[in-house]
Amino acid sequence: MTLDPEKIRVILATDCGSTTTKAILIQWVDGHYRQTHRGEAPTTVESPFADVTLGVINAVTEVGELAGRRLIDQGKIIRPASGDEGCDLYISTSSAGGGLQMVVAGVVREMTAASAKRAALGAGAIVMDVIASNDRRRPHEQIQRIRELRPDMILISGGTDGGTTTHVVQIAELIAPARPQPRFGGQYKMPIIYAGNKDAAPLVVETLKDVADVSVVDNLRPVLERENLGPARDKIHDMFLEHVMAHAPGYDKLMQWTDAPIMPTPGAVGNILNTIADLQGINAVGVDIGGATTDVFSVFDGTFNRTVSANLGMSYSISNVCSEATMPRILRWVHFDMDERELRNRVKNKMIRPTTIPQTIEALVFEQAVAREALRLAYEQHKQFATTLQGVQQQRSVGDTFSQTTGGETIVDNMKLDLLVASGGVLSHAPRMHQTAAMLIDAFEPEGFTRLAKDSIFMMPHLGVLAQVHPEAAMEVFDRDCLIYLGTCVAARGIGKPGKRCFSYRIEGGGLNQSGELAVGEVSLFPLAAHATARVTIEPARGFDVGAGSGRRVEREVHGGTVGLFLDARGRPLSLPESRQECRQTVTRWVEAMALYLQAETAS
Amino acid sequence: MAHAFTPGLTVTRQTAYRARRMLPIPGDVLVKVGDRVDARDVVARTEMPGDVTPLNLAKLLSLPPGDVRECMLVGEGEPIEAGQPLARTKGIFGLFKTEFKSKVSGTVESISRVTGQVMIRGESIKVETRAYLAGEVAEVIPREGVVIDAVVSLVQGIFGIGGETFGPIRMACADHEQELTEDLIHRDMAGAVMIGAGRVTASAIRRAVQVGVAALVTGGIDDQDLRDFLGYDLGVAITGTENVGLTLVITEGFGDIAMAQRTFQLFASREGADASVNGATQIRAGVMRPEIVIPIVDGAAASDQPAKSAGGYLEIGTPVRVIRDPYFGLIGDVVALPTEPQVLESGSKARVLEVQFESGLKVTIPRANVELIEG
Repeated sequence: MTLDPEKIRVILATDCGSTTTKAILIQWVDGHYRQTHRGEAPTTVESPFADVTLGVINAVTEVGELAGRRLIDQGKIIRPASGDEGCDLYISTSSAGGGLQMVVAGVVREMTAASAKRAALGAGAIVMDVIASNDRRRPHEQIQRIRELRPDMILISGGTDGGTTTHVVQIAELIAPARPQPRFGGQYKMPIIYAGNKDAAPLVVETLKDVADVSVVDNLRPVLERENLGPARDKIHDMFLEHVMAHAPGYDKLMQWTDAPIMPTPGAVGNILNTIADLQGINAVGVDIGGATTDVFSVFDGTFNRTVSANLGMSYSISNVCSEATMPRILRWVHFDMDERELRNRVKNKMIRPTTIPQTIEALVFEQAVAREALRLAYEQHKQFATTLQGVQQQRSVGDTFSQTTGGETIVDNMKLDLLVASGGVLSHAPRMHQTAAMLIDAFEPEGFTRLAKDSIFMMPHLGVLAQVHPEAAMEVFDRDCLIYLGTCVAARGIGKPGKRCFSYRIEGGGLNQSGELAVGEVSLFPLAAHATARVTIEPARGFDVGAGSGRRVEREVHGGTVGLFLDARGRPLSLPESRQECRQTVTRWVEAMALYLQAETAS
Repeated sequence: MAHAFTPGLTVTRQTAYRARRMLPIPGDVLVKVGDRVDARDVVARTEMPGDVTPLNLAKLLSLPPGDVRECMLVGEGEPIEAGQPLARTKGIFGLFKTEFKSKVSGTVESISRVTGQVMIRGESIKVETRAYLAGEVAEVIPREGVVIDAVVSLVQGIFGIGGETFGPIRMACADHEQELTEDLIHRDMAGAVMIGAGRVTASAIRRAVQVGVAALVTGGIDDQDLRDFLGYDLGVAITGTENVGLTLVITEGFGDIAMAQRTFQLFASREGADASVNGATQIRAGVMRPEIVIPIVDGAAASDQPAKSAGGYLEIGTPVRVIRDPYFGLIGDVVALPTEPQVLESGSKARVLEVQFESGLKVTIPRANVELIEG
């Protein structure tokens, strides 16, 4: 369908999640695209309904009722818009039924297999396993593993173009006898995408042709020094629509309704974050913490990365967070006494009844403590994954004689981070936005000057698809309605003795005219309204850096937000006292300084 | 709004139950529509392709991969026994031949010219699907499996460990609150589906395994005890494949919590009857809860008692259980359902309800934090 962007005035977008289908309405209001209404309904992809469009219709009906606009007629979306009826454009994302699940394979785990994993994650997939010649499993164990998994598709890479073909064919030979079965039953062959050494393509196809439906795309690592993930990612999206979506209940119908291909939800989020970072020339990190998984997206110097921490989440996976982080590390964020045995039972009860919400301040503080650790672990995993290419020889200079490596260092640099965006229940629905900001700062430990924001109603997936068909509308809604700016965090990198001077500051503008000094271990919050800016000058002590180097002065303009301006002199990396009592006292001071829990005093 | 939908677990004395029993891959169905089956009867059978052993003969015999095929003594599709020579090099002038003897039995599946890799497929693995519960075959899905209908008493638990098992119902506790301790478990409970009441202790679980109890069903368990029993901390609630000596089903939750009286009484009324238990739990999209299914052999026709939905509508007077602190486990009746969301002590805004407990205490609780206790 050809769309004339000029004529589009009403846009309807849905995101079919595992549990909830969310619909938003974007309308042309006073010369601008604005997100005007939203509605939601339970997703209906599972039995007894087994038709995703029922949930879509319910969510759209709710939006329609709120907007006073009839959007559905006889079970179909009305198009085009006319008067108080219908919409001009309908788009959708989906993560229902567990999203897109893939197995990737490559020759060397750190090189081609890592590139294949990046391609799959970037396309919005959950990577169930990475098979590589050097993954320390014996071949029969690898075959057994492929047999056990039921992915939606497999991506094979390996070898540089023109290089040896043997190793990548060997990988294909492991997959063939495993006879992998697709997740949605045996009615079709497993889709396999081959994106390796082009010379090996005919041999790989020959090996797999009886057990799979093989597509060949350009090598995702044509030479060691360069990745070419685009063709593999595009093919994953095509196969997602052709094979996975087409076999999921009701999607055949939904695909006919939409004006643009349905995208996997995380792929769409990555798309919008990438677009924003590109347009504004900034480095950005986005996080979406859900009940089962946590997705982290980053764009540093134009390089996009996404990771999914499959078992770090706030309900289904809460017990796993406690197990991985350990209870003492979680409890360091809690500023009052809690019985550990009792807490463990509470965590398990949340796991088995995931829809409950914290009623008391103690329950809220504990849940937010778990969130800090889940986010911290997810970001750690992201940093380990978002690296420069491994196996690449680098130019040596005298200066780096002792630091010469063959790549593989993280490209995530918190000092360069400009924007940190939060989404997901525990962050978006925190009773006070101060809590959202504090969770972000404590978990991600931004350094220098970083703007903090939250996705108001988890609109980024919708805008990610919209950006592909109507970028102007997507950008306008993103700027005006999507993000709620919480404020800016100014933090010094370095460690020092508590109580010693960390930095001096001067803040001018935006209604503030303040100066002073913060000691190591202190944090301070200044009210600086949304849309207001202030000039901040920081003079760090020796050993502390806010962006210009150790002990060097920085002056910058900062933006306000619903929470304000944080001056963080707690040091980086952030460390808390070992002794439980001392830790409680320290965290209590931070809680008060950041005005986190207004009723917390009674609880403590 | 006068009522709101809320989820709950099914606890019902009599309902129609339909079990779909499918093979993982196509095979043979051994029963026909109308057949009466017992829980342990095999209703379908198939053979899974055997495990594969890859052998890189090019490396093992120091040959170019392209020469491997010529050296093979056993061709593609032919059987091979462990110890039998699989390949032999030509040697030099017919001398210095190297031979490779297979370490596994099976069939040669493929010989690669590119890598010199030979795949040997082991013997097929037999897979059988049992009926799971006594009932009547209602439908046969050719080559895939069957649907079995029965009239049953059904109790869904909140969480379980271990797979399918069977046995007669045996009551271990005197009332629905009694803690399930070691001394309540006797030797003659071997093979039984043992019903506890309150929290089960770690030593009681160990004793039940020792005695050979088939399944243990009780109200609560301490997380620490579960960890000790399993030997690891359970990260996500996806269970059913554990092999720990018995199937464990928890009906209420973690901590010191009694089994709901109604559930306890239902079990007591069916003592001695054969039950089928499945501990498999999956708490994700498409949630799966553990269950205890007790067929009613001379029950009413299935169609007379349609299965009740696990969820239902909240109304004034509906009995509910609180499923989150600070009132976790308490049971009461809904006395008010305010329409507007209210600010909780935590500062969150949520839709709430008022509950009056048996003690007379009246409290306000988020609607998300209660579940129906009617099945």
